[in-house]
Amino acid sequence: MYIIVVGGGKLGYYLTTTLLKEGHEILILEKDPAKCDAICEELGSVVVRGDGCEARTLAEAGTERADMLIAVTNEDEDNLVACQVAKHKFNVPRTIARINNPKNEALFKKLGIDVTVSSTNLILEHIAEEVPTHPLIHLLTLTGRNLEVVEIKVPPNSAAVGKRVRELALPPQSVITLMVGKWGAVVPTLDTILEPGAQLIAVTRTEAKEALREAITATKGAE
Amino acid sequence: MNVIIMGCGRVGAQLAALLEEEGHKVTVMDRESQSFSRLPPNFQGRALVGDGTDEDYLRRAGIEEADAFVAVTQGDNRNVMAAQIAKHLFNVPKVVCRIYDPLREELYHSLGLETISPTTVGAKLLRDVLID
Repeated sequence: MYIIVVGGGKLGYYLTTTLLKEGHEILILEKDPAKCDAICEELGSVVVRGDGCEARTLAEAGTERADMLIAVTNEDEDNLVACQVAKHKFNVPRTIARINNPKNEALFKKLGIDVTVSSTNLILEHIAEEVPTHPLIHLLTLTGRNLEVVEIKVPPNSAAVGKRVRELALPPQSVITLMVGKWGAVVPTLDTILEPGAQLIAVTRTEAKEALREAITATKGAE
Repeated sequence: MNVIIMGCGRVGAQLAALLEEEGHKVTVMDRESQSFSRLPPNFQGRALVGDGTDEDYLRRAGIEEADAFVAVTQGDNRNVMAAQIAKHLFNVPKVVCRIYDPLREELYHSLGLETISPTTVGAKLLRDVLID
């Protein structure tokens, strides 16, 4: 595939290295001459100096024949415009934009960007997963239904450890849909016994999230 | 009319003064508070420090009740993004966007934005002055 990467910062650089290894034809567009030189030295002539939002630069880069354009600069407005110009002027079939401000996700989708990757959200989620005081992680909102898919870790000292699913005080309309434990992933039945340290994927109503967290993570003393 | 102007440069400030003189309700936004020194001393409208590409700041500027939104910051892409937020997220009835780059202006015009390229307009004016 011929892929154009707009933005030769760290993300653009490592993305290009990965894509080159997979055998794709890559061209980076970068405004800063110093960054261009550095990339050129490391990766060879895969970089053109220029503004990836400008139609002329994109035309010189052969954007009409590109299969994909990925915009990964630090500025959301630049990523948006690069993708829109690629899509509407050069008919690039697939555009991917990095989003720095998570608020822009809905806007970018509405404006026709095919895929958005919110770097801030991704980092936040990964950190949240590692913070032990926060055992419940929001994974997904089911649109229009007030239901969420969440991940909960069963703390080893939880009162729920060793209990069957039917014995848990789950709030109404909360369902444990998957348990990933030492035997791998299982779809739990009412008789499945909760393992210490297991990860649960559950569906719950937004307002019942706290009650669900309580039911899974409360320690014996707190009972 | 209730108008929000994003960007208080020379054009933004002068436009704010013109509109206010005609009796319109004007809110000016800029990322830098010192830009507001360009406004006339008797300016009665609102001046708000904030990023016009951020929906929360736009809400604070009263975009939900605005009749018109004008994007005149120095950045073409910021103008394009803010104008599209105003038009597509907040359904502001009249949205105008300044784009210096004529090619980009042409594209966004064809995508339904009301756009003005001072580059094209300025060049035409100069040509007309040079050659009658």
